Amino acid sequence: MSSTTSIVAILLAGILTENMVLSRFMGICPFLGVSKKVNTAFSMSIAVTLVMVIATAVTHPIYTYFLLPNELEYLQTVVFILVIAAIVQLIEIVLKKYIKPIYNALGIYLPLITTNCAVLGITTINIDDGLNFGLSLVNALAAGIGFMLAMILFAGVRSKLDTADVPEFLKGLPITLIAAAIVALSFLGFAGIGG
Amino acid sequence: MKSKNLNIFTNGIIKENPVLRLMLGTCPTLAVTTAAINGIGMGVAATIVLVCSNLVISLLRNFIPDKVRIPAFITVIAGFVSVVQMLVKAFTPTLDEALGVFLPLIVVNCIILARAEMFASKNSVLPSVLDGLGMGIGFTATLTLMGMIRELLGAGTLFGITVTAEVIDPMIIFLLPPGGFFVFGILVAVSNAIAKRQGKPVVEHLGCANCPARAGCQNAVLEGDASPACEKNEKVGDGNE
Repeated sequence: MSSTTSIVAILLAGILTENMVLSRFMGICPFLGVSKKVNTAFSMSIAVTLVMVIATAVTHPIYTYFLLPNELEYLQTVVFILVIAAIVQLIEIVLKKYIKPIYNALGIYLPLITTNCAVLGITTINIDDGLNFGLSLVNALAAGIGFMLAMILFAGVRSKLDTADVPEFLKGLPITLIAAAIVALSFLGFAGIGG
Repeated sequence: MKSKNLNIFTNGIIKENPVLRLMLGTCPTLAVTTAAINGIGMGVAATIVLVCSNLVISLLRNFIPDKVRIPAFITVIAGFVSVVQMLVKAFTPTLDEALGVFLPLIVVNCIILARAEMFASKNSVLPSVLDGLGMGIGFTATLTLMGMIRELLGAGTLFGITVTAEVIDPMIIFLLPPGGFFVFGILVAVSNAIAKRQGKPVVEHLGCANCPARAGCQNAVLEGDASPACEKNEKVGDGNE
């Protein structure tokens, strides 16, 4: 497989068929918690995508050039989570100092991302799947875009849900989860695309 | 004293069930419950980490500076997760395959960090271990129940033994992601109905009260554009403080 086709395949898989939220069940907390309004959902997913790509760009070399040659693979989980926590802090500081408008828009979401399993998940998946550095970045980007797509679609669904006549016992979280089931069902239609 | 400890232990199993009442650990709950046995496996793995991390964090609670407590907790938790990960890989490779990436992801399972932050860092060793054990059993029980429902409806089997598969065609959709969301939605609805009958608050949002990152979330609420999840549910998890 040439590299362009594999990039397209990874993008398609990450965004549609292997969607982070709707088929891999990662990042359910922000998906259910921060999806009440479309613009909030959008900012949150931008922040997640940013952290995912930067975290992959940092953890992948650490694994390849430090953990692997020294036979320290078993430290992967410990090192990755600490690196991610540090990166999130750093991004926050840098944005606050130099790019104030972006900080104002995304800053409040950044602390939520450290314990977001989607970020640790994508960095681990990249290693488990044996992707090289470039493809890992593409995979992280695709996962971020997939996360964004799911968040925004679901925020749209939820805004309709507010005015819907919901049976008493399903009000609140249950109907939100059932709505998520239906959105996930629609994503099943993509199965098979991109092999 | 004895009954207090017993209360702490049973608290996590039903009254403050981490999944259905505190709404924590939703990701693994949805992801690994395609079979009852996976639910047990995930539950036991998380319970071991929970008990061990509660034990160590409770022992260290007077030494960890308040400002760096979250990274310190995460490091302790990640250490135990790595141990469990290696044990599972060595002794139950099939479970390792079934849980996949969700095994290392126990690190970011909110239940563990939340119990470290809300309970172990404030209580002595024995109550902390009992709290971890109770919460772990509650988590395992819920995951197993959900795994049983999805396995029975989706494959017609229970713990791998054929039950209804030959009589009724299994509905594979319950093994696929939408089935996970659907079954979980119904379970929350049932648990809410029971809570309502007993006059307890109904869970309407995710358990932000127990989320270690809720400070950031509350800022979002103050900014006025995030979901009110964080303020609304504050009461549910605070029973043991």
